[in-house]
Amino acid sequence: MAHNDAQRKVVIDCKLDKVFYGDFLAVRNSHVPIQKGHITGFIGPSGCGKSTVLRSLNRMNDLVQGFRFEGNVHFHGQDVYGSTVDPVVVRRYIGMVFQQPNPFAMSIFDNVAFGLRLNRFKGDIAERVENALKKAALWDEVKNKLKASGLSLSGGQQQRLCIARAIATEPSVVLMDEPCSALDPIATRRIEELMVELKEKYTIALVTHNMQQAMRVADKTAFFSVDISQGGRTGYLVELGDTQQIFEDPQEQLTQEYIRGEFS
Amino acid sequence: MNAFEKTAVGQQIAGPPSQADYLLDRLFRGLAKACAWFIIIVVGLLLWKIGSKAIPAIQEYHLGFLTGTTWDVNKQVFGILPEIWGTLYSSLLALAIGGFFGVTMAIFLTQDFLPPRLALLFRTIVELLAAIPSVVYGFWGIFVVVPFIRPIADWLNAELGWIPFFGTTLSGPGMLPASLVLAIMILPTVAAVSQDALRQVPYRIKEAAFGLGATRWEAILKVILPTASAGVFGALVLGFGRALGETMALAMLAGNSNQLSLSLFSPGNTLAALLALNFPEAGEREVPVLMYAALVLLLITLAVNMLGTAIMTLSSRSYKANK
Repeated sequence: MAHNDAQRKVVIDCKLDKVFYGDFLAVRNSHVPIQKGHITGFIGPSGCGKSTVLRSLNRMNDLVQGFRFEGNVHFHGQDVYGSTVDPVVVRRYIGMVFQQPNPFAMSIFDNVAFGLRLNRFKGDIAERVENALKKAALWDEVKNKLKASGLSLSGGQQQRLCIARAIATEPSVVLMDEPCSALDPIATRRIEELMVELKEKYTIALVTHNMQQAMRVADKTAFFSVDISQGGRTGYLVELGDTQQIFEDPQEQLTQEYIRGEFS
Repeated sequence: MNAFEKTAVGQQIAGPPSQADYLLDRLFRGLAKACAWFIIIVVGLLLWKIGSKAIPAIQEYHLGFLTGTTWDVNKQVFGILPEIWGTLYSSLLALAIGGFFGVTMAIFLTQDFLPPRLALLFRTIVELLAAIPSVVYGFWGIFVVVPFIRPIADWLNAELGWIPFFGTTLSGPGMLPASLVLAIMILPTVAAVSQDALRQVPYRIKEAAFGLGATRWEAILKVILPTASAGVFGALVLGFGRALGETMALAMLAGNSNQLSLSLFSPGNTLAALLALNFPEAGEREVPVLMYAALVLLLITLAVNMLGTAIMTLSSRSYKANK
């Protein structure tokens, strides 16, 4: 297991020094490597910057006014924050699934085909859409109503639709920002099963506020905490390791306290 | 006494609303209902009054009134086809121009192209356009727009005169200057209502588009605008309705001429302008005729609005309840 682990390629190597929103220092000093074929879970109390770190990986935070990133994020060796890199390009290669299911007000088919059309995909779009929906475990439920609006689906189905939309263009990494927080336990379980199936092919980074979820699906777990000593609220990475080690044998006291439910 | 009074554990705090609360409730409901009915009754009365005054003319001229092309008070021959044509032609042209710029402006003002304060300034200026009296627009059209477009119109007529749209010269007032001014007049309506529609598109939908690697224009054209389409369509219908009924500026700019022409530069007339210009001198025999024309204008406006609403409900239904 251990030597196998060392050989796993790091797909995204995030060396974050500082992240600012305006003058506010949101996250500091966090080195998060995301390994190929793994699910890397980000856990921690609210405000610890786990979402900020996740969204820094595909430059989604560039949409936020005043956002500034210091450090670098290497994706297959390329610096995502390089001066000549267009954030739009980064987002085409790193897919994303959001907290709230956010299908477009168009048909199920068009939702999944959106990324393909955006990339001017020349091949068989219908085949790709079918494959993506199958991989997202949604095909059987929607195969007879592909023309129906994506908004007509239930919350859990909508989220699987969003996953299908994200993986239709086959990005190597999919970022998931609390993908189950708006879903009921049954839908949550389906998405979790799906994540485990998807990691065969895709590398996944998962933010979750649910420790059990991280335990159930993540191979690696990164624990973030909030530093309020300087008067601000600055998040940082406390500990990162195999999920089992983080939950059973945490090295840091903060992690121990959080896992045992003793967080302040 | 109510059935729940004995359920309290300690001191009785919960209680039913008082008689006064119920009375206020009923009063408010009644008021709201009365206001709603009042509007329907006013529209109904309007139609009834105009309709009944138009009856003598309807009996005399029948539907031929709608297809006749002469308006001669001395010979008592009346037809409003040129005015119907002029109304629809100028309004559609204004809608095409004003609608395009209105929606574009709404996109520009809502999609973070400007710092918030500058956007507010722009928005206020656009809204200010709605406060300018229509007679001022008319003067502006005559003294600014007409001289400005005349050389262009002359050139187009000389070089491309074989195209029906450029078939005549611009003698002064005409359909193009009237429509241009009309376009500016409907711009604030279209821009304001479209802005509301665009602002209602949830942020997470934009995020989804950007997350898939859409550029800003791709996100706007392929996701945001389609999501807001029902509201934007409503804005266009409202703008069109406004253009159909606009009177003063058109009375000054359209040329008040009974012509049926495809040419953008030919003078023409609209129903509203016809009414405004003829009422002051209308004799006993002309009033019913003008009422008939007013009824036609009213029905066109109602039809446009109802058609717009129907299309809107049908299209939004198809994307919501299509299980």
